[in-house]
Amino acid sequence: MKKICLTVIGLYFSLLSAFSQQYNVDTSSYKNQKLKLTEIDIVSGYFNQNGDHSAITGGIGTQKLSDVSNEIEIKFVKQNEVNDKYTWDIEAGFDHHTAASQAYVNPLGTSRAWGTRFYPSVNWQVEKNNGLTFGLGTSLSTEVNYHSIGLDFSVGKTSKNKNTDINFKGQAYFDQVVLIEPTEFIPKPIETSPSTYTTASGNIITAGGGIIKVHIPRTPRYTFSGSLTMSQIVNKNFQLAIIAEGVAQQGYLGLPFHRVYFTDGSEKIENLPSTRFKLPLGIRMNYFLGDKIILRSYYRYYVDDWGIKAHTASLEVPYKISPFVSISPFYRYYIQTASTYFAPYAQHQVSDTYYTSNYNLSAFTSQFFGVNIRITPEKGVFNIPFFNMIDLRYGHYSQTTGLQANNIGINLRFK
Amino acid sequence: MVKKIFLSPAIGIFFLCITAGCANVKEYQKSKINDAEMQLNSRKVGITELNFESYREGASGANAGKIGGGCGCN
Repeated sequence: MKKICLTVIGLYFSLLSAFSQQYNVDTSSYKNQKLKLTEIDIVSGYFNQNGDHSAITGGIGTQKLSDVSNEIEIKFVKQNEVNDKYTWDIEAGFDHHTAASQAYVNPLGTSRAWGTRFYPSVNWQVEKNNGLTFGLGTSLSTEVNYHSIGLDFSVGKTSKNKNTDINFKGQAYFDQVVLIEPTEFIPKPIETSPSTYTTASGNIITAGGGIIKVHIPRTPRYTFSGSLTMSQIVNKNFQLAIIAEGVAQQGYLGLPFHRVYFTDGSEKIENLPSTRFKLPLGIRMNYFLGDKIILRSYYRYYVDDWGIKAHTASLEVPYKISPFVSISPFYRYYIQTASTYFAPYAQHQVSDTYYTSNYNLSAFTSQFFGVNIRITPEKGVFNIPFFNMIDLRYGHYSQTTGLQANNIGINLRFK
Repeated sequence: MVKKIFLSPAIGIFFLCITAGCANVKEYQKSKINDAEMQLNSRKVGITELNFESYREGASGANAGKIGGGCGCN
């Protein structure tokens, strides 16, 4: 108990000393600027994967999938008479995927094997001259089987010497899962016979008849999170950030087209608990080694109440070939334990209350390695003045489940 | 139980050393800290990686990626 008290007291005083100094506001030169377009980022990516444990077919079957994603982010900035900085961030993204396993929502393999997602968002932030920041944001995401509305707010404080920054962000997602089930579980459409009747004037009329289609219902999923980030400049070459996040989910947390097979040969749709609490804790440490090499490291510990514990560790080493070109090999290692509710194909007992054969929730390790190239010429890319940067990144990903994937991304920045 | 007893003060001492022992780096000394490769956030080009990691792995969060809401992911 004494050790915990001393620790807490030590933390409190160290944080107080970072933020104890007063800010002096200089309003002698006043310029109220108009809202200016400051930056445009275009990010595109291509991803493909293959494996043999599709959740749609109960933990077996092809996981072949490809995805093309495109995002554009536009940033506007304005400063007022006391040098408060206002930022508007407008983003829009569009993904298109094809997935071989998606065709087997119908067991005959005739379901639509592709999908698209559209996801715009708007964020507003103010950085006050006293180091206080405040932000609000909203986002939408829509695809054929999932619809989402997101809200977020953030509040932060930067120390006067700008060496320490603390930020809290709260997020909430109000989602709707469209209950598209495997075809064999959908009730057969109701067929009605036409009806015949005679009007008062003696005319005989036949009307009605046809097929009444079963309506596909939606069910909610709610996600709430709070994350606290502390960034600290340690010395001229070293800075770090510590991130603690708590996530609570409620509602339909599985996917309605995931099958599960049991030891007795029977089949059901996966059934997962309606609540989930996640606790990821992360740390980033960046160190400038000499004049040309940077070490970018990241570690995350994760635990949730579905039985999953995971460790993530990554290291990226940018090497500055010149002040304008850097090449960065990277490596990421990941290990997780299985969820309490996971079992492979046909291994679940009929008496199980919750069950899934989604290999994303199984025990595995993964490795991801690749290279990033960043080009930021002084006079602009291809000598185009406002074409500020190209960032190109390729990586190969593999899991011990047999899943293999490749990802390539490009970021074009205009300033 | 032994781990828990040592973990709390260890984390506290780590924070204390980092914040109390940090140099007061002035703006003109931050040429390396302000380098684009030294930024503490993920690269924008890495957003596509964060997306597939959140779909293919059970863990998420603490990395500016998806946390389970907004998508049919974990």
